[in-house]
Amino acid sequence: MTFDRADTDFDPSAEAARATADILASTLHGTARGVVVDSPPGAGKSTLVVRAALELAAAGRPLMIVAQTNAQVDDLVLRIAEKQPDLPVGRLHSNDSDPYDKALEDLEQVRKSAKAAELAGLPVVVSTAAKWAHVKNVEPWAHAIVDEAYQMRSDALLAVAGLFERALFVGDPGQLDPFSVVGAEQWAGLSYDPSASAVSTLLAHNPDLPQHRLPVSWRLPASAAPLVSDAFYPYTPFRSGTGHGDRKLSFGVPSDGSAPDRVLDEAAESGWGLLELPARHTPRTDPEAVHAVALVVRRLLDRGGAAISERSPDPVPLTPDRVAVGTAHRDQAAAVRAALAGLGVSGVTVDTANRLQGREYDLTVVLHPLSGRPDATAFHLETGRLCVLASRHRHACVVVCRAGVADLLDEHPSTEPVQLGVTVKFPDGWEANHAVLSHLAEHRVAWTAP
Amino acid sequence: MSLISTLARMEAVEAGRAQPLATVRHRHLSERPLVFVPLTTSGEAGAPLGALVGTDPGAPRLLVVPQPRDRDLRFAFLAELAGEILPYVDSFAVDVEAVERSEADPETGKKVKVEVELCADAPQLVVPSRAGVEYVRLLGRSMRFRRTAEQDPETPFPAPPRVPLLGRWLTHFGERARVPGSSLLVAATDLLNRHWATGQSSLEDQHLGALLAWIAPDDGGSGADAALRAELARDAKGQLLCPPAGPATDPAFDNRLLAPAIEAYDRARLALGAAEDGGAAEDGLAALTRAEREIHRLVASQLKPTWDAVWRALDVLRELPEGARVADRWTRDRWSFTGQRDRIAAGEPPQPRRDDAVTAAQKLAAREQAQGQLEAQEALDDPLVMAGRRLSGEAFVAEVVEVTMTRTDNNRPRPLLTVRTDDRPHLGEGVKAYRSLDGKPQAAECAGQEPDGALVLRVLDRMGRGKEPAEGSVPEKGERIVWTLFEHDQRPGAKLPDPEETPWTHGGPPRSDAAELPDATTPEDIL
Repeated sequence: MTFDRADTDFDPSAEAARATADILASTLHGTARGVVVDSPPGAGKSTLVVRAALELAAAGRPLMIVAQTNAQVDDLVLRIAEKQPDLPVGRLHSNDSDPYDKALEDLEQVRKSAKAAELAGLPVVVSTAAKWAHVKNVEPWAHAIVDEAYQMRSDALLAVAGLFERALFVGDPGQLDPFSVVGAEQWAGLSYDPSASAVSTLLAHNPDLPQHRLPVSWRLPASAAPLVSDAFYPYTPFRSGTGHGDRKLSFGVPSDGSAPDRVLDEAAESGWGLLELPARHTPRTDPEAVHAVALVVRRLLDRGGAAISERSPDPVPLTPDRVAVGTAHRDQAAAVRAALAGLGVSGVTVDTANRLQGREYDLTVVLHPLSGRPDATAFHLETGRLCVLASRHRHACVVVCRAGVADLLDEHPSTEPVQLGVTVKFPDGWEANHAVLSHLAEHRVAWTAP
Repeated sequence: MSLISTLARMEAVEAGRAQPLATVRHRHLSERPLVFVPLTTSGEAGAPLGALVGTDPGAPRLLVVPQPRDRDLRFAFLAELAGEILPYVDSFAVDVEAVERSEADPETGKKVKVEVELCADAPQLVVPSRAGVEYVRLLGRSMRFRRTAEQDPETPFPAPPRVPLLGRWLTHFGERARVPGSSLLVAATDLLNRHWATGQSSLEDQHLGALLAWIAPDDGGSGADAALRAELARDAKGQLLCPPAGPATDPAFDNRLLAPAIEAYDRARLALGAAEDGGAAEDGLAALTRAEREIHRLVASQLKPTWDAVWRALDVLRELPEGARVADRWTRDRWSFTGQRDRIAAGEPPQPRRDDAVTAAQKLAAREQAQGQLEAQEALDDPLVMAGRRLSGEAFVAEVVEVTMTRTDNNRPRPLLTVRTDDRPHLGEGVKAYRSLDGKPQAAECAGQEPDGALVLRVLDRMGRGKEPAEGSVPEKGERIVWTLFEHDQRPGAKLPDPEETPWTHGGPPRSDAAELPDATTPEDIL
């Protein structure tokens, strides 16, 4: 299923540079009101946003940037400030207490305000879609950059689109779709379905907008890019920026032969590891699986992991902040956190797929969304959920799962009703899950009670 | 499904009786609801077969379409239905109270107080099941674009005078029913399922008869057996003892009883039309009346058990006391009703076939807000619902063991509470928790955890303007308090642009020149 990457005429840096140049050309000099950029995981989306922002500012075009969460906004402001410390930037924030990252306090060129009028005239103003929606009666901005546009809902774009003349939409189509806590079937198939993603509405009404794609993932290692590309981006494949020998994970302490150690060795060797527990129907917070996840993390830290990558010639120790645990549900994340605390581990990120979007770690441990379930609902089958969980790592990913998920999938083919006028999304979660499982099966380590 | 409702279902299986999911009633029940039990013709979408409708459990009005494919008879049915429903709806439109509301002044744009009318009460339609709600919507859609002879003298098939108006009202009821927690149009099964857990699947819970068998079995026996009887038991002629709650009918009824009766009716009509003399016409008329009566009897036999079951369900629900915040949600229903009353009085056109981009976004935002509000209010109204939230880590009950006064840099009070709980909230540092103080939420944030497991909360607001916290605004040692991790009120969302200002990303402003035309006549209309 992987395509041959021995070909030598593919130069990732050159390909990525060419794509970026095209995108900047259509953004700065194109005639279309919008430009859409699809970016696979870790393809340098944030770098692109920062670069486009600086070039638009340099061209004297007043720019607003729309991101989806406050953390993303703060991150962008910090990156822009780092790249060009003399550029005045506005950070439009909410009226809540602690509305922005404390790190912005030290930056003099960043003006912070809860009122858009106080930031008028600045070359760049950054805020969340939710905050922008409250901005009224202002002169529209010449240009906007909408970040994470595939995670933005159509109605959120409706609320802010009047604020700008033209826009660059950047996002990852493979991650989680936006959702609504109430039913929105009555609008399914309408071009402006408010629960759909901003990009699908935009393209439905403006099908001729230029669409670009970033071709190289700098995050995913050579062991992961082909799988993620084939399983989640079958029609828009991408490559890894590094080769098979460029990254290496090793442990100072040898394996003690236990299942967690063996799966860690497998993952260090091949980039993937599947720790399989015996088949069983469990509650969501399956205590055995949660314990296994915690134990893998504990052993990983105990064994003194070190990572070698293109970023530095010397091994970099695998510290807790370079490790993340991903789950499907918040209660699972809470259970894992409790289990880790019980084993004396702190500093490891534990979160749901929704919240891990856009983040990057050296090694991730994933509690499979279908592990122990008696059924496979649309939520658990969602392509984006598995894609997020399987694409956060730079070196390796360990999946902890109960046996029998393949059979479970076969018993629960997707049965979502087909809605007229709705573009069917490919691949569907069912197929993507099978693709990932069959790959993981090659890196299986069976759980044995310690 | 939450852990606590799974537990309730397992207990229901074990006990053979439905188990409560609530200690109070979370939906408004009108003093004078209108129960509407419709039946549809199988294989003919939108062709009603009959209905029982009325506000008096002992005196339902039976409406029947003896030949559902005959458009004239269908119109006659709809006209009669309008004659039953519209006077009921109108009876709520008269009694109003004056309410102050702040509105933007059209000239200055400033907020000014204006006095507006709010209907003192609103109608409530009760249908047996969710399929019934869907049917109300379908009827509304099929009627609201019809033209009466008065509206359009040229129309080839004019609808009876009040039919389009009924269509607009049913559309409004159907659309309102999509708002979480609303009660203008409710399904009896939804009401029961909100308040009780049965030992059957949620699909089976859509069967009103089976559901009632779990909740209030007639003979006090096992709910599972009674439910199975309600679903499957048939008489000697193969007919269900408890007919489905509609609008779909049982195929055995359709094939063995209804189809022959309609055939007899058709034959009688043909014979009457072919009658050549007075005597034959008289005989033909008598035969037609007999055939029609037989269809009436059959349809009534299918409707009456459901009619009784709906009233039974309402009686069961009335035994629960109403939740404290239910009236608040009902007021929103009254606003919704008053708004529709005013739109009709102002001569506005019927609701469009499809929402425009702005309307769709507004509706979605309003419903999401209603959903959040409903979840919070139900938990605050009902300790059993709150127990479910506690079990899932979204709320906790804690005893205050220590209160330490601290202050912010500008000398505002920020008391630290050390609290002890047996619950396991998902409470990280900096996460906010809320408690209800005189009906208003007071916020605190988690400031850490003591080594012995006690939580430290920093109270953030509602302590008055003074240097010292207002009396009673800071919890005292020994108090047991329910804290929630969810907010009690929903923040109002941002205002969306006016439809005329729809941006280019959403197709620009909707076309104003293409007014909604009435539905075109299709071959199905003139079968």
